[in-house]
Amino acid sequence: MWQQHLAILPILIPLFTALLQLLPWGDRPQPKRRALGLASSILTLVFAALLLFNVNQQGMMVYALGDWPAPFGIVLVLDKLSALMILLTAVLALPVLVYGCYAEDNLGSHFHALFQFQVMGIIGAFATGDLFNLFVFFEVLLISSYGLMMHGGGKFRVRSTLHYVLLNLLGSALFLISVGTLYATTGTLNMADMAEKVAQLSGDEAALAKAGGFMLLAVFGIKAAILPLHFWLPQAYSTTTGVVAALFAIMTKVGVYSIIRVYTLIFGPEANELTWLAADWLWILGILTLIFGIIGMLGARDFRLLVAYLVIVSVGTLLATYSFSSVAGISTALFYLIHSTVITGALFLLADVMAFERGKTASRIVTGKRMANHNTYAIMFLVASIAIIGLPPLSGFAGKLMILEAAPVSTSGFWLWGTMLVATLVMLIMMSRTGSKMIWHTLQGKPNDQSAPMGKRVAIGVLLSLSLFLTIFANPVRDYTDAVAEQLLDTETYPNNIIPSRNGEGQYE
Amino acid sequence: MEALFSVTVGVLTACSVFLILRGRSFPVVVGITMLSYAVNLFLFSTGRLTIDGAPILGTNTEYADPLPQALVLTAIVIGFAMTAYSVILAVRTRGEIGTDEVNEQDSGESSR
Repeated sequence: MWQQHLAILPILIPLFTALLQLLPWGDRPQPKRRALGLASSILTLVFAALLLFNVNQQGMMVYALGDWPAPFGIVLVLDKLSALMILLTAVLALPVLVYGCYAEDNLGSHFHALFQFQVMGIIGAFATGDLFNLFVFFEVLLISSYGLMMHGGGKFRVRSTLHYVLLNLLGSALFLISVGTLYATTGTLNMADMAEKVAQLSGDEAALAKAGGFMLLAVFGIKAAILPLHFWLPQAYSTTTGVVAALFAIMTKVGVYSIIRVYTLIFGPEANELTWLAADWLWILGILTLIFGIIGMLGARDFRLLVAYLVIVSVGTLLATYSFSSVAGISTALFYLIHSTVITGALFLLADVMAFERGKTASRIVTGKRMANHNTYAIMFLVASIAIIGLPPLSGFAGKLMILEAAPVSTSGFWLWGTMLVATLVMLIMMSRTGSKMIWHTLQGKPNDQSAPMGKRVAIGVLLSLSLFLTIFANPVRDYTDAVAEQLLDTETYPNNIIPSRNGEGQYE
Repeated sequence: MEALFSVTVGVLTACSVFLILRGRSFPVVVGITMLSYAVNLFLFSTGRLTIDGAPILGTNTEYADPLPQALVLTAIVIGFAMTAYSVILAVRTRGEIGTDEVNEQDSGESSR
């Protein structure tokens, strides 16, 4: 009986935890808030795993909020893609929160509540099947991210937060305009219903829907940081605290997820005049984003900035691969998405502890003192580099190999091969340079005596070991992402599962 | 009515874009607020403009689509909170950096 409510539990748990964490909790509130936060993250993880298992076994779950049936009420649609993304969020959030509990949360007030709201917003965005509800969850995650980005204060952080907030407010306005346009032409907000209505449009109406669709691409482009709209990302991610940046590793993926969802379901294979609306654009923008990321990496003089550009490179790779619009393309893109989210999260945390233990030189790529736990970080850096560059034996290698394999034998395929291999070479060069400067070329004399707590290293280690996990279980994971891609591309039966009146029952006619 | 409505939305949007492109945080915040008004009006019109229509089916031959009204309410609430936040943030940036230029790199670099 309770299983039917499984769909909404990963949203409700962080929500109620955050509300509880906002209570005063006496003189020393932090330990209680930490305990609540950790319990919530563990529970979310458990339920996200159960959800994935359930969806995989019994097919898509549709949860009608307030029991209003689909085209009229808001529904949560938990298909395989949503379940995968929710689990990924929960898997990333737990180690990041553990890391944050080592005094990172004392830098500003209400870190824990904001963290939980952020997780709730991200999971909600993955779960919803309604376009306006997607906007609302975007706002939830953005509002908490505005707070988190300010965490710790300092004037550079304040300014980059101002840029981030203003840009995203513009994005939200654009989101509303495009949702309005789509509603005006299709008369629905439910994504599955909209997909059917969009397929019936022609002439002027189709042109309007096209305008709405492209505006939506701009909105998701801001979130995903694709080429002309990415300028906020390097500054924002490199000035905020490491723990927040690590959590934000999933934020660009929310943009990527929304692009995959909207441009496969609504403007996908069945959309008649608007079939694969964004594919050509995503292809060009993806490759250009990749190239921009390469140039940015070459110019980065700070480890954290370098990781921020790695995020941009991964977004470019993902979108270019997705734009092939095939089962193999989408499946490999998702595999790479899991890998890159986890590893960039780990790298942000690693950059943060290394900056702390290096003292004055922080995360700048210059010769500095030895760190207190020098060897541990050296090994972690090596593992993370191997994974993110894509050298065997870790998951980056498997991911990149699959992408190269999935690229069609055509001009576009060759372009992807070329840029991706150049990107890999540049990553190799930059990570080697960073490693040699920060780890090998250290100053003579005794190491810095500031030592980060053990738990922080464990948290990073857990994230890194996920890469190993992803390598060992690459086959089942790939099978699952294949199933996700097949389900996504099966846009004929998909709406029938969501809208009850199409199911032969007909009671809502 | 449609012409008047669309001109209003258009002028509001144009003014807000002009303000957002300015280099100081105060005009930018005002511009974003104005843009949210334009967006709310635009959303309101997505259910088609009707006069004297109840948002309920069956009581009247003329009816108004209730959904855009609900959407506008949501958007107003969110937009209001965000305006408050961005004003506070702009004031704080002004206090911490000492200028309300959105993008002054030099003063930041030299005082480091």
